[in-house]
Amino acid sequence: MNEIIKMTATELAEKIKTKQLKSAEVVQAFIQRAKETDSKIKAYMEITEEYAMAQAKASDEKIASGKETGALEGVPIAIKDNILIKDLRMTASSKILENYIAPYDATVIEKLKNSGAVFVGKTNLDEFAMGSSTENSAFFTTKNPWDTDRIPGGSSGGSASAVGAMTAPLALGTDTGGSIRQPASCCGIVGVKPTYGRVSRFGAVAFASSLDQIGPMSKTVEDSALLLNVIAGYDKKDSTSINKDVGDYVKNINKDLKGLKIGLPKEYFIDGLDADVKKSIDQAIKIYKNLGCEIVEISLPHTDYAIAVYYIICCSEASANLARYDGVRYGFRAQCDNLLDEYKKSRGQGFGPEVKRRIMLGTYALSAGYYDAYYGKAQKVRTLIKQDFEKAYEKVDIIMTPSAPTPAFKIGEKSADPLQMYLSDIFTISCNLAGVAGMSLPCGFSKDGIPVGMQLLSKHFDEETMFNVAYKYQQATDFHKQFPRI
Amino acid sequence: MNAKYEAVIGLEVHSQIKTDTKVFCNCSTDFHSQPNTNICPVCTGQPGVLPVLNKKAVELLVRTGLALECRINKKSVFARKQYFYPDLPKNYQISQYDLRFAEHGKLNISVDGGVKTIGITRIHLEEDAGKLVHDIGMKKLDYSLADYNRTGIPLMEIVSEPDMRTPQDAAAYLTALKSLIEYLETSDCNMEEGKFRCDANVSIRPVGQKEFGTKAELKNMNTISGVEEALVYEIQRQIEVVENGGKIVQETRTWDPDEKVTKSMRSKENAHDYRYFPDPDLVPVILDDEFINGIKKNIPELPEIRKQRFIAQYGLSEYDANVIISDKPLADYYESALETASKQAENSGKQIANWITTELLGKLNSAKLTIKESPVKADNLGTLVALIIKGTISGKIAKMVFEDMFNDGKDPDTVIKEKGLVQISDEGAIVAICKEAVAESPKIVEEYKAGKERAIGAIVGLVMKKSKGKANPQMVNKILIDLLKQ
Repeated sequence: MNEIIKMTATELAEKIKTKQLKSAEVVQAFIQRAKETDSKIKAYMEITEEYAMAQAKASDEKIASGKETGALEGVPIAIKDNILIKDLRMTASSKILENYIAPYDATVIEKLKNSGAVFVGKTNLDEFAMGSSTENSAFFTTKNPWDTDRIPGGSSGGSASAVGAMTAPLALGTDTGGSIRQPASCCGIVGVKPTYGRVSRFGAVAFASSLDQIGPMSKTVEDSALLLNVIAGYDKKDSTSINKDVGDYVKNINKDLKGLKIGLPKEYFIDGLDADVKKSIDQAIKIYKNLGCEIVEISLPHTDYAIAVYYIICCSEASANLARYDGVRYGFRAQCDNLLDEYKKSRGQGFGPEVKRRIMLGTYALSAGYYDAYYGKAQKVRTLIKQDFEKAYEKVDIIMTPSAPTPAFKIGEKSADPLQMYLSDIFTISCNLAGVAGMSLPCGFSKDGIPVGMQLLSKHFDEETMFNVAYKYQQATDFHKQFPRI
Repeated sequence: MNAKYEAVIGLEVHSQIKTDTKVFCNCSTDFHSQPNTNICPVCTGQPGVLPVLNKKAVELLVRTGLALECRINKKSVFARKQYFYPDLPKNYQISQYDLRFAEHGKLNISVDGGVKTIGITRIHLEEDAGKLVHDIGMKKLDYSLADYNRTGIPLMEIVSEPDMRTPQDAAAYLTALKSLIEYLETSDCNMEEGKFRCDANVSIRPVGQKEFGTKAELKNMNTISGVEEALVYEIQRQIEVVENGGKIVQETRTWDPDEKVTKSMRSKENAHDYRYFPDPDLVPVILDDEFINGIKKNIPELPEIRKQRFIAQYGLSEYDANVIISDKPLADYYESALETASKQAENSGKQIANWITTELLGKLNSAKLTIKESPVKADNLGTLVALIIKGTISGKIAKMVFEDMFNDGKDPDTVIKEKGLVQISDEGAIVAICKEAVAESPKIVEEYKAGKERAIGAIVGLVMKKSKGKANPQMVNKILIDLLKQ
């Protein structure tokens, strides 16, 4: 195994900047790894070798000529295929966008380009980010690098698997109800859902606008902090991004945790929690106690309603957000003699079953006569869930929970039962509803050798504390230093 | 109208807000551009785009709302109005539903010499749809072309209370509203370019009944007279239905301006369920007092106030004042002409108004020109009237001069000089001509001296003929009387 692919993004950035490594050789190493393993893993919709090598060459020239370099100069990154990179195909893993070429750069892509990052590929996802396993991709299912019979999680399963399989040191995902954290947990990596409004959504295909956030995925906490430094910030193109200074998430990452209060919401530690997951979380609690943290039991009383609230809101918003895919201006079009048939067939053939299910649910929930009972009520309960968190943060600095109820399950195990599938996001959904920041980081392995993740949830815009708490854990453990055998 | 029934009419006006760029992106709003040149990823509904509100559009709407004496809401929310149509790229229109910018205003209109107050229910902001083209020149296409230049142009929808009772009320309301908006310069109000569009809700009820009848919504009227004609037809149609024992059904009807009838478009059962919900891509708009007061301060003189001023300050009749203020450019023209005239002569206000209403407007109408395109510039008309008042030319000569000014665009001094039309006011010269005329009319002189004073008119006519109309008529009169006394 090439030593380059075992390095962290932080190390790579440093070595490229100081001319110990060339970006071209780094990028080549990862693409070589992707070519060797991706036929088994299937993380990528497309490996953008030509595009990446041109970027790598430009970075190397920049460094050679002594010009100012960016924070990620020459460092490879994989991008979830619902984020637009100008002139590259962007499918959202949907047949309806199979041949869509992005006409502009997402704001995060602009920022990454300015930082010198190199785009090695577009990664697979559940169609329009709706799912928890990538089984809803219109094209193929991505495999878990730790066990290819298992799902990589979703919807950012391609990005999680790409980082887990070491075909990219960094990746971007999007998280609407756990789509970064749950696959990160499944693949044994770090995944961060920033505070709502911290990262511009401009150029990420909208699924549920009031919940969606783009976020970093990487092997280490420090690498995610580094990546968030680059992509965070106010964007005038996104009215929901917040005009608030971005700190340096790396700078204070190593602060002492003595006296820090970690809350354990009792609603998350229920009977029937997977034994391997429970064991790993219990160990993590011990580690934090050793680091001088105070462990406090807290309550988030409206947790039980989170799934229902989430599916009403996300489906309602999705039903409007996905209306634009009609075959009229771009994307898949079923040629018909009249307009109504063309709409029906283009959308009927272009969307997969889960997407259609959610569009129908959302359309129903917003219909005249049902709006108040569903959407209106869900918004009210959402406010209560948000208040749960506000109250909890009066007592604790950060909240800790399992990331998912079980380690990665087998492919096909839940795909026939949407409700079972929806429950895999049970621990991650509240974070999006409340708008707070969350992250998953590896905290152990099941007895089958499958990674287990824990989740940290911080106050609004307090990613700094979250990274600090996560970093200290990684300093004390080596779960993030394990590599799958592929 | 049948005396047994009265109509109840409410109007919805869509007026294009006069901004340089669209309401949610930076594309130009220019009407004359080639199809699909003022478009971008945002207004064509590409994946991943987000709307950003144009502040200018809000300012202009609030300005209109204040002039219509509306309450300006401190908090307004945008909502998505969902329906599928190829001219609507996102298949939802960003509009407003419950929290709108302006509500509860009023507008006074003049009908049959009286004044009526029409309530304004609300004004809200929304984006325009694109334009579908079904034919090229005379050639009917078997497909449709979509032009998205207009997509995303800001519209204010001004909804009236059902306070109008006759088609004349409706026409007067639209004229007054259009005039007001032109004064405010918040819209061009050009109906031909679709910048001022009107839908009408109309029902009938027996005179004396308080409850409203079942209404029909009329669409596709492109001129104010079209609205009037459509209402006349529709009211008669509804009366006939009821008189024949039928029932009015709630429906949307379209006005056919060629056949001059309204035709059913869709019934209530087929009405859209627009599934409005707050747009999660846009944050609520909070307007503070400073913003609202800043706009209030800059509202120009409005038509009603200007009319009163014209009557009081310039001595105009109610009728002339009404005609002149109804069109802001015309009122500006009037005041500009008056300013020029006042530098050279006194009390020209009434005469200038007369020249405008009796001569200029008629000529402009037959030449199909607007006041801004008038070949007679305001200062030239002012000078002409001043010349009459000073006695340089007679009113009769002035008409000839005006004719040349209109046809050739020349100033009055040039025309007078070129044609030698300066009035003869030299006493010696006039006395000479009068003596000549008296000598040639012995019979008339006899009659005059016999007491028939009116006979002098014939001698005056002879003097005018001899002087080619240039002799100062007042002087001629006086001199002749003196001569005949001798």
